[in-house]
Amino acid sequence: MPTFFERRQLVTPGDLIAEGDYMAGENTYREDNKIYASRIGIVEYENKKVDVVALRAFYIPKIGDIVIGTVTEVGFNGWTVDINAPYEALLRASDVLSRPFKPQKDELSQVLDVGDLIVAKITAYDRAHNPQLTVGEPGLGKVTRGQIVKITPTKIPRAIGRKGSMISMIKQETGCQIILGLNGVVLITGKTLKDEQLAMMALRKIEEESHTSGLTDRITQMIKEEKTKRGKVKNEPEN
Amino acid sequence: MSQKTEKLIDKKGLRLDGRKPDELRPIKIEVGVLSNADGSAYIEQGKNKILAAVFGPKELHPKHLALQDRMVLRCRYHMAPFSVQERKSPAPSRREIELSKVIRESLEPAIFLEYYPRTGIDIFLEVLQADGGTRCASITAASLALADAGIPMRDLVAACAAGKADDTIVLDLMDTEDKIGTADVPVALMPNLNAITLLQMDGILTLEEFKKAVNMAIEGCKKIYALQKEALKLKYVSVKEEAEE
Repeated sequence: MPTFFERRQLVTPGDLIAEGDYMAGENTYREDNKIYASRIGIVEYENKKVDVVALRAFYIPKIGDIVIGTVTEVGFNGWTVDINAPYEALLRASDVLSRPFKPQKDELSQVLDVGDLIVAKITAYDRAHNPQLTVGEPGLGKVTRGQIVKITPTKIPRAIGRKGSMISMIKQETGCQIILGLNGVVLITGKTLKDEQLAMMALRKIEEESHTSGLTDRITQMIKEEKTKRGKVKNEPEN
Repeated sequence: MSQKTEKLIDKKGLRLDGRKPDELRPIKIEVGVLSNADGSAYIEQGKNKILAAVFGPKELHPKHLALQDRMVLRCRYHMAPFSVQERKSPAPSRREIELSKVIRESLEPAIFLEYYPRTGIDIFLEVLQADGGTRCASITAASLALADAGIPMRDLVAACAAGKADDTIVLDLMDTEDKIGTADVPVALMPNLNAITLLQMDGILTLEEFKKAVNMAIEGCKKIYALQKEALKLKYVSVKEEAEE
């Protein structure tokens, strides 16, 4: 039962990763007794399971995911939301309004209009139906301020880090609030634009170098260096 | 064929551009060259220059084209007006429409179309300069653009033609060999699965010659496959080395 790649090695679609008594995990497929990669990515073995951590992929909705989307259409009894996935998501009017929805009285575009950003949770989705959203939970709803960064959805876990180490470090160092939409859209709200920009820079670097090791340390270092650089810039006019 | 003034193979057994019969043209591949497309690739094979761009999977418009059980693949092969010696009309010709279909059908087996029903993928192939064998080079580039877009695939598809010039079976025909020669056999292959996804023939070959041509094309595909993988990995290896130094 051989494996043909070492842990953390780069594979391309069609590469034979393992043969025999293994389980085909993410971004792999099984044909007879052989497991092949289906996306470009990095091999991970976990007991008898073979995974490929994809370097390029798009977001596929999953029930329970927190996502950040843009309203693209105001309909008769709800909104259509672009959640950066192959499918458009639906948000029902009765979910947003706290009282019963009356089509004759309520003007939906006054609640949410085209172009508005929302933080939402996916409540239903399967192969035959488009994803449904809800905003009826604390922390969800319309976005009023902050910065948006789009990163490849597969890199969100890397931005969270092991037990949230990466994201809590960035939050602490920059003093920003960060909401990671699992669809690859990240909302950053900080006290000043400069803080937000620093967090954006860190996220962009994570996206670019997600497949490298020792990333948390490098990001910490980068933020600290950037802060001292800015500290100097700030002090000079005062002197 | 002896009445032809132009000889495709010289006395030493070399071709017009100095290649041996089983030699490929020099190939240069680059992945991720366009920032607006979800995935892209650029290939230079001899004098061919082809750009491939992929959008999707995304909701299909017009919606009635969507299928309930699988993705829809749409492909547009197009030659730029300046890609050939005489200006080519930019309107899609009969040949381009046919090639779009042929390329689409040679890529379909490689993609897990059943994963994301009701969606569509668009592939755009733009031939900037043509010198024979553009359908094969297009397939090679398109499969890389698909992988770059993060679309789950069974294998990359590599394509290469073989044919007959002056009674010799030759690999990777260029334009003159294609036009003056007597046969052309384009083959597309998923090398790791050892599955052929495209096999066409134009011209006349004996059974022996046909077998030889197909085997030669398969060997060519395998060489191209190695280059494809190298190009796809290159983008990420360089970032990794830079960051970890």
